[in-house]
Amino acid sequence: MKFVSEFRDPEAAKILIAEIEELAADQPARKFMEACGGHTHAIYRHGIESLLPESIEMVHGPGCPVCVIPMGRIDDAISIAEQDGVTMCCFGDLMRVPGGSSTLLEAKAKGADIRVVYSPLDALAIAENEPDRNVVFFAVGFETTAPSTAITVMQARERNVENFSIFCNHVTIVPPMKAILDSPGMELDGFLGPGHVSTVIGTGPYQFVSREYGLPLVTTGFEPVDILQGVAMLLRQLAEGRAEVENQYKRVVRDSGNPAALRMLGEVFELRPHFEWRGLGFIAQSALSLRDEFAGFDAEKHFALPGVRVADPKACQCGEVLKGAIRPWECKVFGTACTPETPIGTCMVSSEGACAAYFNYGRFRAKKRIPVTST
Amino acid sequence: MSSEDSRKEALARIEAWRLRPSKMTDEVITMAHGAGGKASQALTDAVFRSAYGGDELDRLDDGAVLDVPEGKRVVFTTDAFVVTPRTFLGGSIGDLAVNGTVNDLAVMGATPTWLSVAVVLEEGFPLDELRELVADVATAAAAANVTVVAGDTKVVERGAADGCYFTTSGIGLRDASLSMGAEQVQLGDAVIISGTFGDHGMAVMLARGDLALDADVSSDTASIHQATAALLDAVPETRWMRDPTRGGVASACNELAVAANVGVSLFEEAFPVLPPVSGACELLGLDPLYVANEGKFIAVVPADRVDAALGSMRSVDVSAQATVIGEINDEHPGMVVAHTPFGGSRIVDMLVGAPLPRIC
Repeated sequence: MKFVSEFRDPEAAKILIAEIEELAADQPARKFMEACGGHTHAIYRHGIESLLPESIEMVHGPGCPVCVIPMGRIDDAISIAEQDGVTMCCFGDLMRVPGGSSTLLEAKAKGADIRVVYSPLDALAIAENEPDRNVVFFAVGFETTAPSTAITVMQARERNVENFSIFCNHVTIVPPMKAILDSPGMELDGFLGPGHVSTVIGTGPYQFVSREYGLPLVTTGFEPVDILQGVAMLLRQLAEGRAEVENQYKRVVRDSGNPAALRMLGEVFELRPHFEWRGLGFIAQSALSLRDEFAGFDAEKHFALPGVRVADPKACQCGEVLKGAIRPWECKVFGTACTPETPIGTCMVSSEGACAAYFNYGRFRAKKRIPVTST
Repeated sequence: MSSEDSRKEALARIEAWRLRPSKMTDEVITMAHGAGGKASQALTDAVFRSAYGGDELDRLDDGAVLDVPEGKRVVFTTDAFVVTPRTFLGGSIGDLAVNGTVNDLAVMGATPTWLSVAVVLEEGFPLDELRELVADVATAAAAANVTVVAGDTKVVERGAADGCYFTTSGIGLRDASLSMGAEQVQLGDAVIISGTFGDHGMAVMLARGDLALDADVSSDTASIHQATAALLDAVPETRWMRDPTRGGVASACNELAVAANVGVSLFEEAFPVLPPVSGACELLGLDPLYVANEGKFIAVVPADRVDAALGSMRSVDVSAQATVIGEINDEHPGMVVAHTPFGGSRIVDMLVGAPLPRIC
């Protein structure tokens, strides 16, 4: 499987690390936010933090779609799932996200028909194969996954699948980035821009980061070499006094994005006036709902939802972590009351969540070493 | 013929019918097959004894009487098997039921010798499939050189079980002089894996069909006893062995790190993972370190015995690709740390939760 090994090439990594060290030596300490959960995971998975100079700190941003789902929405999903004849389909990492009083996993154990799927199209197939079930897909994710939900809804309409609907929780990446940039005490020096989201929306929507806030942003891929190169590009911009939107992930991301996917998004979704984000509160025009033409597939219109806003647990500082104001281990409950087994906050649930990633991979800063090759 | 004669003739016919071995004519399992009567007997004879009957099993006593040779100690283990789907590329629940228990005995340093096989069947289970699974048990038992000496069958109502579950218990014999265990592990020891990892878990996930992925990945289910025996023969001072089944290599290494209170360093560059397994893991966001195996083992040996260990293991088919993947240190006691090819490092922790389907 090429496409993996060349982006994990130790030689390429060494050259980039040397470049980063050289650039960092002539600069003050820097804080860069990786906006995307995929980056956070890769940084820990490949031990990249242990390779960066101490003066460079990676701050984990709001880009884990599971982590930003507020508890009230989980409760709504559980209440749909518990209704007679309903089959709720969702991605695996949503199962353990805590709602106000329960999780989807607990609801399943108590008898609700909740199934893990790998694509919204799987949920549509279940609806077609089991016409007596009322199948609901719990849709989450940024612009990355929204097109696949859009395609599914369009296919459902084409094929007249009446027992299928979407509980839509799709969100957009730019508003939370703005919210973070506007928050008091913000100390970021630049962004690793989201790679997957950018394959859809392109690099245009991030121009405000450089124009309005004077910060560099580099759209970056998810392999170790990608991330190191992204960091090097940010440092180079700062060294040269530039603040631009650059694209490290050119092999996948076109500056104009994916016009077909964007067209589909526009056809199926519209912006909600506001949407609550876990830890960040309500953000205007930050989420998507189905357009009226697709109201027949909108679970929010089919089911009476409690729609109760559940305040985040007081002890939980997911919001501060998401904003980069504190690091995961600085949270009062990190690793004590809140662990991957018993998560309080969403950052601890998904493997892309900053806290879970730090808990699983990051606690230990090993000495750098040359690997021993086996005989 | 007098009426007395015809009465005697009738009684003789009844007696002959009563003693006649019962025939298995059903196509599916019914509640009668679990009731302990003629139907149970027919099932036992036609399916189980015909596949792996032997002196002990054929006696049909309530228990097997076994002789333990002088100088040997008994190692005893048990395991339940509920994998879905029941067959997958490279094996079935029948193979697993034997190899799972045999391998637990093997990594304890024992020679797997006797096995009991209990089956829970759901009413309506097809006889043909049961015969195939039981044939797999027989083949795997023969390959592992173990004798099935006890068995049991229960039937539950439709809906009360998912088709069929196996439970096997095994007895192995181990030299009384052998001392192996986490407490023997020392700093600088080498960590060896007997071959590629992640194959079984990935084969089962692919066989479920809900990933819509097509890859040529076969389960590695096999008896590892030949390999553990060859290793112990060549390197009697082998410190510790474990088969990395559920939870994969990561969990086994964590158990070692905690039990021996040592650090386990793993070298990612040396990981033997088949390209389709690493590719599928990459797509699914899984780490092969956490994916199950059913025909591999991890061994810790003294650093100066690595060549002898690898030589002996590589001479056996099932461990032909044995390789060193790590070492024991005192830098991070109780913790497993993987070193990435470009010098980064990360903690490899115990698996939390169970996002994956039933795999064994």
